[in-house]
Amino acid sequence: MDPSAYVIPDHGKVMACLDVSIYNAPVTDYAAWASRRLDAELTCLHVLDRKPVRPNRVDYSGSIGVDAGSHLLDELVELEARQNRLAMQHGRVMLEQACERARSRGAVRPQVLQRHGPLAQALTELEAGVRLFVLGKRGEAADFNTGHLGANLERVVRAVHRPTLVASREFRPVNAFAVAFDGSPTTRKCVEMVAMSPLLQGLDCNLIVADNGGGNDIEGLDWATQRLEAAGFAPKAHVRAGDAEQIITESVDRLSIDLLVMGAYGHSRIRHLIVGSTTTAVLRKCTVPVLLLR
Amino acid sequence: MLFLQNIRRDWFSSLRGDALAGLVVAMALIPEAIAFSLIAGVDPKVGLYAAFCISVVIAFAGGRPGMISAATGAMALLMITLVRDHGLEYLLAATVLTGLLQVVAGYLRLADLMRFVSRSVVTGFVNALAILIFLAQLPELINVPVLVYPMVAAGLIVIYGLPRLTRAVPSPLVAIVALTAVALITGIDVPTVGDKGELPDALPVFLIPNIPLNIETLVIILPVSLTLMTVGLLESFLTAQIVDDLTDTPSDKHREAKGQGLANIVSGFFGGMAGCAMIGQSVINVKSGGRGRMSALLAGVFLLLMVVFLGEWVGKIPMAALVAVMIMVAIGTFSWRSIADLRVHPRTSSMVMIGTVVVTVATHDLAKGVLTGVLLSALGFARKVGQVLVVGKRLSDDGTARTYIVTGQVFFASADRFLSQFDFREVIDMVRIDVSGAHFWDLSAVGALDRVILKFRREGVEVDVVGMDEASRTLVDRLGVADKPDAEQLLGH
Repeated sequence: MDPSAYVIPDHGKVMACLDVSIYNAPVTDYAAWASRRLDAELTCLHVLDRKPVRPNRVDYSGSIGVDAGSHLLDELVELEARQNRLAMQHGRVMLEQACERARSRGAVRPQVLQRHGPLAQALTELEAGVRLFVLGKRGEAADFNTGHLGANLERVVRAVHRPTLVASREFRPVNAFAVAFDGSPTTRKCVEMVAMSPLLQGLDCNLIVADNGGGNDIEGLDWATQRLEAAGFAPKAHVRAGDAEQIITESVDRLSIDLLVMGAYGHSRIRHLIVGSTTTAVLRKCTVPVLLLR
Repeated sequence: MLFLQNIRRDWFSSLRGDALAGLVVAMALIPEAIAFSLIAGVDPKVGLYAAFCISVVIAFAGGRPGMISAATGAMALLMITLVRDHGLEYLLAATVLTGLLQVVAGYLRLADLMRFVSRSVVTGFVNALAILIFLAQLPELINVPVLVYPMVAAGLIVIYGLPRLTRAVPSPLVAIVALTAVALITGIDVPTVGDKGELPDALPVFLIPNIPLNIETLVIILPVSLTLMTVGLLESFLTAQIVDDLTDTPSDKHREAKGQGLANIVSGFFGGMAGCAMIGQSVINVKSGGRGRMSALLAGVFLLLMVVFLGEWVGKIPMAALVAVMIMVAIGTFSWRSIADLRVHPRTSSMVMIGTVVVTVATHDLAKGVLTGVLLSALGFARKVGQVLVVGKRLSDDGTARTYIVTGQVFFASADRFLSQFDFREVIDMVRIDVSGAHFWDLSAVGALDRVILKFRREGVEVDVVGMDEASRTLVDRLGVADKPDAEQLLGH
């Protein structure tokens, strides 16, 4: 996507995408924080993505009786209906609790919303009225031990055209943030967004630059520093030589950064397939929330 | 990567279910593939190779994960004449050509035409298919040793009775094994599968059909291939619809068409007959827990392994066991609900369904049956919409002028009705025909209005037509009603 076509939204809601994983609490907290900072209404969203069910009786009889097809259909529909009514009720309770939690943390007019369908599709449909999505690194289905990201995360980040805040496992107050900057149009857009948005105003501002030998970065860095200074920040630039992924994760630790801003999935899918994505690697290694902008 | 995620979802999301379902389906496919080969008049190995090739290729190339395709009765019925008059090699060539045509149909997005095939036609299709499968079993029940009848009955009792006791083993398989054992132990002399033709003893090999590549050959196989293409796609699309409904997931019908084509091309080159998706097998697959592409792949692989390594035993299966299984398939395919529905459904719908069945059973050609059904439903629809036409009449206060206000649909089916609404015998000076609330859909409508005007003129009446511009906008082909600002008004009455 052409980054210049990307409009930084200055109105709309903050949308917390919740499920029953352990990210439920931090997603709610970060969403409440963003809602307060942006003075934007908060919506707590639960998307019910239906898993296919099997008939409860194992049936390997291989025989088909009278109107087998329609009987099977009735059975499957009844089964899914029961399962989904339950999921819907669970989701409603979970959302009410999240809403209460967000309210106590200063969120602006928190509301609840439930939608059916795959997460990425639901978010794309809703994004017109949304300023910022907040979601957890992993969903309820993901396995923590493998270090893999939730299957939905990349799908979502690639699908939606709004900034996405990927929450970490625990909420901690945001005092210092950093922008991963490499002079590319996407990261310049990140700087623009930081400068224009009230989200990070008044916080300790850092620019992390991985110098891989090209002179272009430094020139862009001057521009970024000036842009941020003009917006009232006092940016500190940290230029280090090396691999972007490593520099970013190390610097976040070393500088006690509470939130990282970076461009998401700047490269093509082909390149991604071969060398992997910096975004995915950083998301996996960083223990702080990451604000992604495409 | 979404591509990889899709592969994961389609292939590996329900491995256990797919593997077991694949096994169940493979065991159900063997008797069917043999039976359908015999219907077509070829050796059982032709149907078995087809079942293997088609289910394996469709696993990769199909557009509907969870659907099972193989050699089918609907297709076998269309091959009988070709095989009888010209032999197997021509059937293989026709199979390849069918595949090519289906690939073209996939690129031409022919699946979109399925919207003209109404629900009643689909019901007629499955009912006719069930009747034909049943009728095809009759030769095995006429002029056969008398012991065949109790064997078929015993087979049916096992098939329908065993699932009441256990659903852990396929009951048709148990019926086949039991009847084969009885026949072997008692040594009774009943026809067996081995009597009917050659069974596979090796993996299929690539062969180019041994036919002259000339126009005469094309003239022989093209009509057959066209019908095979149509019937194959029809059954595949409607099976895909059934699986869509069962699993509540979407399918890619255009990809399915291309996949069916590729599967038939491969089948033809490996000595198999043309096939398509199977309604009964797909239901069995879903019922046994098959959801992904893996079940179709494994069904094909299991089938071939069992047939090649147990070929000797497959030949000893009594035909009576096969007939019992096929009677079950016929009963399971038939939509029994549709019989009860005859009393409550609109008469036109029932007529479409019965028309489809009658023509199909009479011609043994599902394509002709479906064509009949589509025509009947189009006629029924035209007749109904033709009723949506009201002509209001108003006489002026001095009794010299009359206004006709036409509202509704004017087209070939309602043109006569339109004409009959006017009173040409009335003695007046002036007639006003307001058609701004009507739609003139075709030239018949315009012609009818012209006749009305002429008739009035001949009586010496002056005629004034109002709103013709609005009414005749519908004459334009490619009418994009939805994007017109006045769409609401256009559809509003």
